[in-house]
Amino acid sequence: MRIALFITCFNDTMFPGTGRAVVDVLERLGHTVDFPQEQTCCGQMHFNTGYRPDAVPLVDRFARVFGEYDAVVTPSASCAGMVRENHPVLAEEHSSARLQADVAQLVPRVHEFTEFLVDVLGVSDVGAAFPHRVAYHPTCHSLRGLRLGDRPQRLLKAVKDLDLVDIPAADSCCGFGGTFAVKNADTSTAMLADKMRSVLDSGADVLCAADNSCLLHIGGGLSRQGSAVRTMHLAEILAATEGGPR
Amino acid sequence: MTGQGVVWLGSPPFPKAAREALKNDQLRANLKRATTTIRDKRLAVASELDDWEALRESAAAIKRRTARHLDRYLLQLEESVTVAGGTVHWAADAAEANRIVTELVRATGEREVVKIKSMATQEIGLNEHLAEAGITAYETDLAELIVQLGDDRPSHILVPAIHKNRGEIRDLFTAEMGSWGRPAPDGLTDEPAALAEAARQHLREKFLRAKVAVSGANFACAETGTVVVVESEGNGRMCLTLPETLITVMGIEKVVPTWSDLEVFLQLLPRSSTGERMNPYTSTWTGTTEGDGPSAFHLVLLDNGRTDTLADTVGRQALACIRCSACLNVCPVYERTGGHAYGSVYPGPIGAVLTPQLVGVETAASLPFASTLCGACYDACPVKINIPEVLTHLRAEVVEAKGRSAEALAMKAAGVVLDSPRLLGAAQKAAALGGRVLSRDGRIGRLPGPLHGWSDSRDTPAPATESFRTWWRKNKENGESR
Repeated sequence: MRIALFITCFNDTMFPGTGRAVVDVLERLGHTVDFPQEQTCCGQMHFNTGYRPDAVPLVDRFARVFGEYDAVVTPSASCAGMVRENHPVLAEEHSSARLQADVAQLVPRVHEFTEFLVDVLGVSDVGAAFPHRVAYHPTCHSLRGLRLGDRPQRLLKAVKDLDLVDIPAADSCCGFGGTFAVKNADTSTAMLADKMRSVLDSGADVLCAADNSCLLHIGGGLSRQGSAVRTMHLAEILAATEGGPR
Repeated sequence: MTGQGVVWLGSPPFPKAAREALKNDQLRANLKRATTTIRDKRLAVASELDDWEALRESAAAIKRRTARHLDRYLLQLEESVTVAGGTVHWAADAAEANRIVTELVRATGEREVVKIKSMATQEIGLNEHLAEAGITAYETDLAELIVQLGDDRPSHILVPAIHKNRGEIRDLFTAEMGSWGRPAPDGLTDEPAALAEAARQHLREKFLRAKVAVSGANFACAETGTVVVVESEGNGRMCLTLPETLITVMGIEKVVPTWSDLEVFLQLLPRSSTGERMNPYTSTWTGTTEGDGPSAFHLVLLDNGRTDTLADTVGRQALACIRCSACLNVCPVYERTGGHAYGSVYPGPIGAVLTPQLVGVETAASLPFASTLCGACYDACPVKINIPEVLTHLRAEVVEAKGRSAEALAMKAAGVVLDSPRLLGAAQKAAALGGRVLSRDGRIGRLPGPLHGWSDSRDTPAPATESFRTWWRKNKENGESR
């Protein structure tokens, strides 16, 4: 199986450790992965903010870069959702029949990281060890967009020495919402305040999720408060091993 | 400060109105308590039905089919109502609807009307229009009465006074009831039973006196000409049965083809709205019947932007709304800001997609952005309106209508960078450098320009010194992974 990584522009720039963790986990499971350097961005920011035509070249690029692979794996539920839900929409609205066909062919091969592990590779124990109290935040795109269900929790529960705790009102949005956090900063902050309270109430040392964007938001708020709770992409927890640096 | 049409003139854009609302701790506490209670009840009663998902799918299908042939069903409705002894009036917009209703009331010689909660008459600002014509409209739905007594605006579709708690309502009754009719009893407490009794006494004299009633409609059945109102208090039934003249104002999208279609909606609506298995009062009326109920019945069919909405193949799904307000009760944005911040008769997620379509996106440009696209509304909607899909669709329309802007230029520039791995790599290097300058201990505090709202309450990590693509090129390219 030829596996390509779609690391996403945001992770590439801000959280390269997440990409390295994905590589570690997949290689540990015996798979060879590729990172096509021509990849950039899924176009989610443009699409969600109303700049649809500006996202079309990115859809076209995505289809060209990843078209030949058996599987495209991404550590972002929201970017996987963007490709799956909205690339077909953009291809139909703004582009050629060829791109529509290419997108339709490619979309079923695009997987969010935990989906790929559980559904495609059939793995729930990835051989990780992480001796911390961890809470999982189901981001809206994981929960209601991709319907990841309990896949992330199944993976986390199989991690050695990991104590998985629940967050109260876990399914409520953290208030990030991409440009929402900028355009409606006050409302976003009010939602963040409630989410931070839930995280602190859970007693977790580490908060993880399948999207670094929400973690950037929650982690940024916790950092501003001087909280010791760390935020980590769940891939980084799955990459951690006994005797490893974490 | 009552309504003046779909949008309230002079309302600030959502972010600004929300900022004010967020300062009101009492409002947030009231909202959180109310929405959490209804939300939990809704989940409990919806999960009782094994065929809940099938019901939602049926409802969505009925609405789609009706919308496709709306002209046919409306003509059928007109014919059925006429045959049953009613009169149908067509109103293209708010002004026409107001004129029709005012003339109908004037023709009776009456100077006051009782009203049962109607979103459509809120939408057209009927009460204000009637007042200008010297006709007083009395709201009889308890929550609408509270809003009217307070010279307030509704903040929720189903519970228009959701922003008020019991103590606030008691004070309002004590202070204001006397100037509208029977005053509140002395020593009124904030016990629900006492408040309900005060409202009952106050309203009863209006029900018994009124010769004309104005109602809304939840549904109208084209096949039989039957109009349907569902409610909890029975005040609607008083309005629908006691007066001599009944005028119903109904959005054209409320028509359903057959009586049996109602069965689907009457299961979904009460469960989705109040978390009840069945609403306490379901009133249906078909034209007029001698010696029973109103002797004159008028049905005003209101367009007011609906056929334009229907022409939009993505946006038209908002017309499927049955006004249950489940989307409001699950919306994390609504829960924090309340309904007034939307500046519209239709608040919350459904308002954010319906209002801009009814009034034009330029007039309500901030509403499609008043959402995190979290998707809770879509999951809760009993007729499966894909609200996030419509929101992003309308955002694109807002951007198009605005034309050139600083944001558009920035997005264009970002698009160019993101369509080039070389430019993206260069931007990453610049960001890493900038981040090192701005950050302390790897975190950035205050940011300038449009990002200050973000950075007021959050730190931002400095961009990585080495991007993933650079790491890959150094460590993996031409190496073992290829």
